[in-house]
Amino acid sequence: MTSGTTHPLENADPWAGIRRGQQRRPVEWLVERAIHAISLSAIVGVFLIFIFVAREALPIVLGRATSASATQVIPLEGLDTRSPAEIQKYLGLTPEQFAALDRDAKVDLMNLKLETAKGASKDRDAAVNTLEWRYLLLPYQWSGYDKPEMIWQPVSSIHKYNIIPLLIGTLKATIVALLFAVPLSLAAAIYVSQLSSPRLKEWLKPGIELLAGIPSVVLGFFGLLIMASFLQEVFGYESRLNAFVAGIALGFAIIPVTFSIAEDALTSVPGSYVHGALALGSTRWQAAWRIVLPAAIPGVFAAVVLGFGRAVGETMVVLMASGNASIVSASLFDSTRTITATIAAELAETVFGEHHYRMLFLLGALLFGVTFLSNLVAESFIHRLKKQLEGKA
Amino acid sequence: MAGAGITLAATLLILLILAIILGNVLWHGLPSLSFRFVFSGADRDMFDVNKAGILPMLVGTASRVILMSFFVIPVGVITAIYLNEYAKPTSATTRVIRSAVNNLAGVPSIVFGLFGMGFFIHFAGGSMDRLFHPGSAEPVWNKPGILWASLTLAVMTMPLVIVATEESLKAIAPGLREASLALGATKLETVRKIVLPQALPGILTGGILAVSRAGGEVAPILFTGAAYYMAHYPQALTDQFMDLGYHVFVLSTQSPNVDQTRPILFATVLTLLLLTFTLNVVAIIIRARIRRGMRAAH
Amino acid sequence: MTSTPKISIPPSAEAVAPGETGEAPQARSAADSRILIESSDVSLFYGPSQALKRISIDIRERLVTAFIGPSGCGKSTFLRCFNRMNDLIDHVRVQGRIQIGGHDIYSGDVDVIELRKRVGMVFQKSNPFPKSIFENIAYGLRLHGMRNGPELQGVVEQSLRGAALWDEVKDRLHSSALGLSGGQQQRLCIARAIAIRPQILLMDEPASALDPIATAKIEELILELKKEFTIVIVTHNMQQAARISDLTAFFYLGELIEYDVTTKIFTNPGKKQTEDYVTGRFG
Ligand SMILES: Nc1ncnc2c1ncn2[C@@H]1O[C@H](COP(=O)(O)OP(=O)(O)O)[C@@H](O)[C@H]1O
Ligand SMILES: [Mg+2]
Repeated sequence: MTSGTTHPLENADPWAGIRRGQQRRPVEWLVERAIHAISLSAIVGVFLIFIFVAREALPIVLGRATSASATQVIPLEGLDTRSPAEIQKYLGLTPEQFAALDRDAKVDLMNLKLETAKGASKDRDAAVNTLEWRYLLLPYQWSGYDKPEMIWQPVSSIHKYNIIPLLIGTLKATIVALLFAVPLSLAAAIYVSQLSSPRLKEWLKPGIELLAGIPSVVLGFFGLLIMASFLQEVFGYESRLNAFVAGIALGFAIIPVTFSIAEDALTSVPGSYVHGALALGSTRWQAAWRIVLPAAIPGVFAAVVLGFGRAVGETMVVLMASGNASIVSASLFDSTRTITATIAAELAETVFGEHHYRMLFLLGALLFGVTFLSNLVAESFIHRLKKQLEGKA
Repeated sequence: MAGAGITLAATLLILLILAIILGNVLWHGLPSLSFRFVFSGADRDMFDVNKAGILPMLVGTASRVILMSFFVIPVGVITAIYLNEYAKPTSATTRVIRSAVNNLAGVPSIVFGLFGMGFFIHFAGGSMDRLFHPGSAEPVWNKPGILWASLTLAVMTMPLVIVATEESLKAIAPGLREASLALGATKLETVRKIVLPQALPGILTGGILAVSRAGGEVAPILFTGAAYYMAHYPQALTDQFMDLGYHVFVLSTQSPNVDQTRPILFATVLTLLLLTFTLNVVAIIIRARIRRGMRAAH
Repeated sequence: MTSTPKISIPPSAEAVAPGETGEAPQARSAADSRILIESSDVSLFYGPSQALKRISIDIRERLVTAFIGPSGCGKSTFLRCFNRMNDLIDHVRVQGRIQIGGHDIYSGDVDVIELRKRVGMVFQKSNPFPKSIFENIAYGLRLHGMRNGPELQGVVEQSLRGAALWDEVKDRLHSSALGLSGGQQQRLCIARAIAIRPQILLMDEPASALDPIATAKIEELILELKKEFTIVIVTHNMQQAARISDLTAFFYLGELIEYDVTTKIFTNPGKKQTEDYVTGRFG
């Protein structure tokens, strides 16, 4: 020991200075505040996304927007049957101006209004505000059609915004994707987590997750240029690009998601479950299928729900491989148009603030809502899984 | 045992799909991938097989992901530090932040595009134009540009950085923090001198994953900055840019003659894949190292 | 509120290190030594569960005080009260008073950071930083504002010598501390703790993970260190407590059962529970 040597930190009264109080580190304090503030940015981000997507769509939701190229006309008799206030507003006059006019002048103005309305468009639908909810959701017999139909046709003289064809298109592609990807990735998750050797697992898991590294524009390209023709030859359907092709390509995009979550869930089941089953003489497969899978079922649900959310929100794959025709049909082999593809294809042509622009933001808000919800549901499933396993472990 | 066979078959099928995609792109793309193709501009004709080059797209994509990293890495890392080092794990704020991060990760990329347009271009850009360029006839900030595209991508990839950083923070043996604090270090000193250096591999992984993910994304930049064609490289934060992924889309869907432009399409896809895949593989390797380290630490 | 009587040492008692060799390094009277830590009625709660029950004890300067008792009885918890490491755990509540050097360390105007610089700690599991040996020691010194230079190097050497590690590592100061053996790592942690010249050294089972030879080295070191530091050591090894400590406190279920000169605790304990424990009847 080098006692005797003086130490630079040696102090005459060693305890002097401990009572200097807590708040004497302003820099530290400031930095901590800043860290806290910045960490709230994730919340702010989600919040802003919601606000700014919903904000643009709000006028439609509230019924404040109109797409009618012609206004509703009031026939001449209206002058007697309607209230003066209504007529005044219809003619676009101030109350003073309106009071100053005599009846003849009012009749002249009414006639003028009728004339201009007629001139504006011959189409009887020109006066329809296609942004009202019933036109967005219900079939309507447009002039020139022989039966009520649901049509998405924003760029035409009458802007038709029925979103049902897009919902159907989205659902078709999503269902194909889920039917393709869920069984495949679930089976793979069972194999990787329960049956493969640990050494093999070290390779298989990252291998499958590599699929997530393929950009969706490349999957779309692959669907469009390679799979489409191949599948058409095999199945012999008519239109080369359709919900089926898009759905399969979409499946590639969601396999890594469903696989990862399901694999995590299956792996989180304690080994003691398996050992118990194995001790009773069951095979590894029986233990995986009868013991582990049922125990991990909430996690499997979470995987499916998240896969659904991902499929609904995926853009480039469907934009490139679905054919993009907004047809209402039950066939998977018809060309189809999804919500995401619609936004991607049309937003660039819209004018800021105009109803088509707002309509696309409404679709975006819808997407946001659906994926937000599926996230919450998945989260609650995972939470339930954790609780179950904790309760039993 | 048939069930076990099916699961093995499914695993192999997924790997086969991966192999087919990669093999196809490699097979058709490699012959057209030349030094000239990668390092020359598209200034002559971007659809001409013998003249087209993708340097402008490479530059554009690289610029936007680098710019994005400047935003997303600090914010993501700081958020992760807050969640793991400062916040009480059970507090309401922590739970809300975690839930927000989870949800952010699930928001469709096209919605980020809408957000970028509504928030960055029209709201932020519009306000900046009113403030700084009140008389200008042409919008300066209130239009698509590389800054807005990068910011949009930064919001999108934030969960990746947060999650990866947090994972590496959790892998640090708790004894190290105690040792530092017991020596009279403040929390901030401990974070700066002990925790952060240890978390560096995880931060790196997060950054790489974010770059690789954002590098291949097209939907968020469709309306926030990507250009179909530009005669010059982006010079300012307000300029648009050409982009590798977007170029794949253009060549796939808007080529005047798909069969003729096929070779450059495949070569472009191959380039894009090489970039994103290399980054992904690097990230996976670092991550595996961290996980192994974590098992050793606990 | 009935206060448990403070357990204090009879003034006549001699703290003598046991051992037949006769070269016991110290033979100071426990009563001669000043009281450095004074704990009165300290209770600690982890959320709803009480881990310490009204503990009153005086710790004396430049002696080794050992805390013994069965696992889970609160030894570590109590030790960590002295440098307020328990502050880092959520939902911990401390009642009562601990005075160190005459200052109530839980009073509002005490700076925990300054306290910890004066009350060093060595942990059960050695925890060197994943840095070089040199940097491990220099870490605390830099926190004190010391710059690179001969002074820093001098203190690093002095500390490593103080921890009986210098000769083993002087040729590889700049290689990673993680390359050291378990015993060396623990001595490095001791060197790191004494480098910043604390008054008190808290040791929480510092040798429990080490082999007998490394343990012996640590014990030897502790006897050396007590010349300059007040040492409080938690141990589950009763021979160890007997070998190195001057005073021993026996804890059971969060209570301080008996506190006395070590020889008395091990040869003639005042309480039945203590006797049962030191004779190995439970624990
Ligand atoms: N962080 C903690 N949170 C809750 N309870 C704890 C915590 N640390 C220790 N305890 C409890 O406090 C009691 C005393 O623990 P400890 O001080 O570690 O005992 P010892 O060191 O004597 O083995 C034990 O019952 C233990 O379960
Ligand atoms: Mg203990």
